[in-house]
Amino acid sequence: MGSVTNYALLFLGAALVYNIVLIRFFALCSFFGVSNRMSSAVGMSFAVIFVMTVSSAASWVLWNFLLVPLGIGEFLYIPTFILVIASVVQFEEMFIRKYSPTLYQAMGIFLPLITTNCAVLAAATEAVFILRGVSFLKLNIKYSFSFPEVIIYTLGVAVGYMMVMVMFTAIRERIDIAPVPKWLKGSAISFITAALMSLAFMGFSNLFGL
Amino acid sequence: MNGWPRNDVIARSEATWRSLLKTMAQTEQKQGIFSLAYKDFKAGILMENPLLVLAVGLCSALAVSTRFENAIFMGIAATFVLLCSNTLISLIRKQVPDQIRIPIFIVIIASFVTIVDLVMKGYFIAAYERLGVWIPLIVVNCIILGRAEAFAYKNTITRSIADGLGMGAGFTLVLLIMGGIRELFGTGKIVLFDKTILSLGSAFQPAQIFILFPGAFIVFGFLIGFLNIIKERTSNG
Repeated sequence: MGSVTNYALLFLGAALVYNIVLIRFFALCSFFGVSNRMSSAVGMSFAVIFVMTVSSAASWVLWNFLLVPLGIGEFLYIPTFILVIASVVQFEEMFIRKYSPTLYQAMGIFLPLITTNCAVLAAATEAVFILRGVSFLKLNIKYSFSFPEVIIYTLGVAVGYMMVMVMFTAIRERIDIAPVPKWLKGSAISFITAALMSLAFMGFSNLFGL
Repeated sequence: MNGWPRNDVIARSEATWRSLLKTMAQTEQKQGIFSLAYKDFKAGILMENPLLVLAVGLCSALAVSTRFENAIFMGIAATFVLLCSNTLISLIRKQVPDQIRIPIFIVIIASFVTIVDLVMKGYFIAAYERLGVWIPLIVVNCIILGRAEAFAYKNTITRSIADGLGMGAGFTLVLLIMGGIRELFGTGKIVLFDKTILSLGSAFQPAQIFILFPGAFIVFGFLIGFLNIIKERTSNG
């Protein structure tokens, strides 16, 4: 296969077939937390795209050029990656506060919480550990991503997050005005909606043999 | 503490922060520390259940609850990290500068998670392989950072330990219920350490949807729904 096809499959697999939220259960806190209003959902998604791509790339560089040569990757990968993510988030928070105070207001408490958004750490971990993360490529467990593959893969994951987030927010806005049984009102009906969306996304399995 | 303005998310001024600490100390003196600690423990299990009520830490709960056994290991691992991080953060809370508290908390939590990661890899390799990426991801479990920030950073060590235990117990309880339901209906039996402890008989056709991805969301949605019913009944008398 040509490498362009490979990249396209990697992207589609990360975004659709193994969707980070609905199929792999990452980032559910922000998924249910910020999906009240469309503007904050879109803002959060763009923040996640940026943080995820930069931190995965940085984690890959640190892993291959610092942790592995020193032989300390096994013990220090969790603190290293989380510190990288925390710094990227801190940088982004300062940037947004300076240049878009309205967006900053809208995102409120969820901006610092990107640090604890498990999707970001998961993507960074998968950038270096194929064996525990991405099973869908049917790859040898010794295989590790090259740098462009990390970028494409992470972008796919983040775009998948954004897509699901926007769809879910739109559905929730409709549910707010729909007649729902009283005991299912609020978060219960959101989870059942997510279940139906997850069911729909299972239809993507085996797409292009992924 | 230095005199720089606190630039945290929940904007609280120096004065309100001080008065908050003062009122907390007064209630502790009035009510007795152990009855308060007991209340904190109890709150974590039902009324402030981290999963069902606060809706934090959902990711790992939904992902690992495909099997009863996974639920046990995940519950113990998360409770251990929660207890240790709450204790340590509560001990050092007066030395931690406000501006850099989040990185400090994260590093503390990451250290305990690394301990769990290596211990599980050493002694429970089968469970470790099944839980996969979710063990390192305890570090970003919102329950742990959330309790560090909302509770341990402001309260004494006894109450923080009680809170850690209560939240851990509440998390484990919901995980066990979900793991039990999903494994029982999804495979027809519950297997614990290679022994079948509960079986629905061979006539039962397993509903595979329960152990697939949508099953987690459905079971969890209905659990919240039942909790709503219970709450309504109790409040109506």
